Amino acid sequence: MTAVATELYDYAVIRKFSVMAIVYGVVGFLVGVIIALELTFPGLNADIPYISFGRLRPLHTSAVIFAFGGSVLFATSYYVVQRTCRARLFSDFLSNFTFWGWNLVVVAVVITYPLGLTQGKEYAEPIWPIDLLITVVWVAYFINFVGTLARRKEPHIYVANWFYLAFIITVALLHIVNNLAIPINMTDSYSIYAGVQDAMIQWWYGHNAVGFFLTAAFLGLMYYFIPKQAERPVYSYRLSIVHFWALVFLYIWAGPHHLHYTALPDWASTLGATFSIMLLLPSWGGMINGIMTLSGAWHKLRTDPILRFLIVSLSFYGMSTFEGPMMSIKSVNALSHYTDWTVGHVHSGALGWVAMVSFGALYHMIPKLWHTRIHSVALINLHFWLATIGVVLYIVAMWISGIMQGLMWRAYDQFGNLTYSFAETVAAMHPYYLIRSLGGIVFLIGALVMVYNISLTIKNSARVPA
Amino acid sequence: MNHATIEKNISIMSLLTLVMVSIGGLVEIVPLFFIDSTIETVQGMRPYTPLELKGRDVYIREGCYNCHSQMIRPFRDEKERYGHYSLAAESMYDHPFQWGSKRTGPDLARVGGKYSSLWHREHMRNPRAVVPESVMPSYSWLEKNVLDYNDISARLSAMKKIGVPYTTEMITHAKADLEAQAIPGQNTTALISRYGKKVPVDDFDAKPEQITELDALTAYLQMLGTLVDFSSYQARSR
Repeated sequence: MTAVATELYDYAVIRKFSVMAIVYGVVGFLVGVIIALELTFPGLNADIPYISFGRLRPLHTSAVIFAFGGSVLFATSYYVVQRTCRARLFSDFLSNFTFWGWNLVVVAVVITYPLGLTQGKEYAEPIWPIDLLITVVWVAYFINFVGTLARRKEPHIYVANWFYLAFIITVALLHIVNNLAIPINMTDSYSIYAGVQDAMIQWWYGHNAVGFFLTAAFLGLMYYFIPKQAERPVYSYRLSIVHFWALVFLYIWAGPHHLHYTALPDWASTLGATFSIMLLLPSWGGMINGIMTLSGAWHKLRTDPILRFLIVSLSFYGMSTFEGPMMSIKSVNALSHYTDWTVGHVHSGALGWVAMVSFGALYHMIPKLWHTRIHSVALINLHFWLATIGVVLYIVAMWISGIMQGLMWRAYDQFGNLTYSFAETVAAMHPYYLIRSLGGIVFLIGALVMVYNISLTIKNSARVPA
Repeated sequence: MNHATIEKNISIMSLLTLVMVSIGGLVEIVPLFFIDSTIETVQGMRPYTPLELKGRDVYIREGCYNCHSQMIRPFRDEKERYGHYSLAAESMYDHPFQWGSKRTGPDLARVGGKYSSLWHREHMRNPRAVVPESVMPSYSWLEKNVLDYNDISARLSAMKKIGVPYTTEMITHAKADLEAQAIPGQNTTALISRYGKKVPVDDFDAKPEQITELDALTAYLQMLGTLVDFSSYQARSR
């Protein structure tokens, strides 16, 4: 089987994407630590425009979501689609084109953001020529993925691929609609939408970047790697059908919860809140299906740190998809919006769910790609604990600072005056910004342990058999 | 229908997914372009002057929206801290919108006129010189960078193409209007006839010899939230 698999499948492109995923992960986490420290120790950028917070923060978000997350998704989707279809990727040319194209996008982003070249739309900052390149790469990805599905030797399309397919289709739709702009020169453009419509479209895009890039696609990943690592079948086929369709239908409505009490009409914000609350069900459907896959294999959690990464990531997923609907309730959002609570929420999803499930998948997949064994299981375990401690420090700090600042903004004294000036509420954040930075540093150290472990695994792969 | 039919057929699965993900977006987005009450009818809104538009470009370039919102919510504390809640009409010419999502620093929707231009200069040089608790980086390069406004007419005409009511006259005289607003002692009659009496005219960075990026950014900040005439505005329940 292994010998056949080696000839049949294109692993080369997956190896390249896996290595770049780890590289971009470290870069993205490092930039995150830098901007966290810039908020803790203002003036840290030493008056250098290129590394000021406003220019680096988009670099951090794009690096972790699109460079790290994107590379993980390219790698895992190419791996999963080949193995579950028992077919080679549709086109070697398209596989390589997506690899070099996507990396060109990342390099262009890394160069342009610090120079201040941006569209000024959150999570959609790339300037218009980069947006066009993204579109071309994405179409190639779609063709390559669907073409591989078409070659499958199994009658059914495996559930993981439903999620990957929904992710590819929806991200194309979101990217194109949100980035429509009128160019002024080779770098600058203005969004064709303005004000309230632009806000709605931006958060329709922004929330579904979370919903489809960081959720649906990673659920696809989860549906392959958890059953494989646990050596158990998916808990419930019926549940996977129900929660898949519910998830893709409901998620797209949730955007307006980013715009509660703004100039967006109430009807739209209420719709957004309603669907966000309903979204709890399909979200937890996925979590339950994943965790229950361990039925009869719970003992493996004691000895297998890869499985621990995968299952703890689902726990963070469950927690943040409970927290999200709660924060979309208008009266809660009145407190949480504009504060660090949102930042903490994003990171419990991005670090706890996305990054940890990615680490688990990479630790599972990389030894198989190089036909070898992992260098050190103990170091995976160390990485697991560093990552977990880092995430917990981060999100607890942000819960406290977010809720505290929200309460301070609305505090009144006995005479009916605002108790705190805005500046005083900023000063109160300092200890939590420090703890958040520490959490980020611990998480980054964990990633560096992974770099060491994976490097040795790959380096020794020639002489260490699987 | 048996689900096996769907999961054995890529086309059905793709199409069904596309339909499912399209419904929510269509329902929430499309009506915003057609329901009249989405954007209030107000007195006083005008397009940005050329200098303000360049200032807004600087604001976007520096990523100010990462830490500052421009959207005041209808709460008592926000009214006291920032002023009247923001109207949709106030960002109707904002391509793209700058409502923001995080207040690491305060809301800027009505920062116009709150501080002197000299205060802004000191603040951009070193935020902690005027607000000791601030975590904002300094933007000392803005007053050193000479403003590049060669393409200002092209920017106005691009905005016009996407719906901002710039007149042909505004586009033709964009350069002159920009200079009139930033260089002290210039004749501002034409500028005011095009953009109204409220246009802040100043030597924003106290450096009369050149127009810098700080001039543009300050001009933009000094007009934020000042356009709508709230004495004539009647809130309707939505």
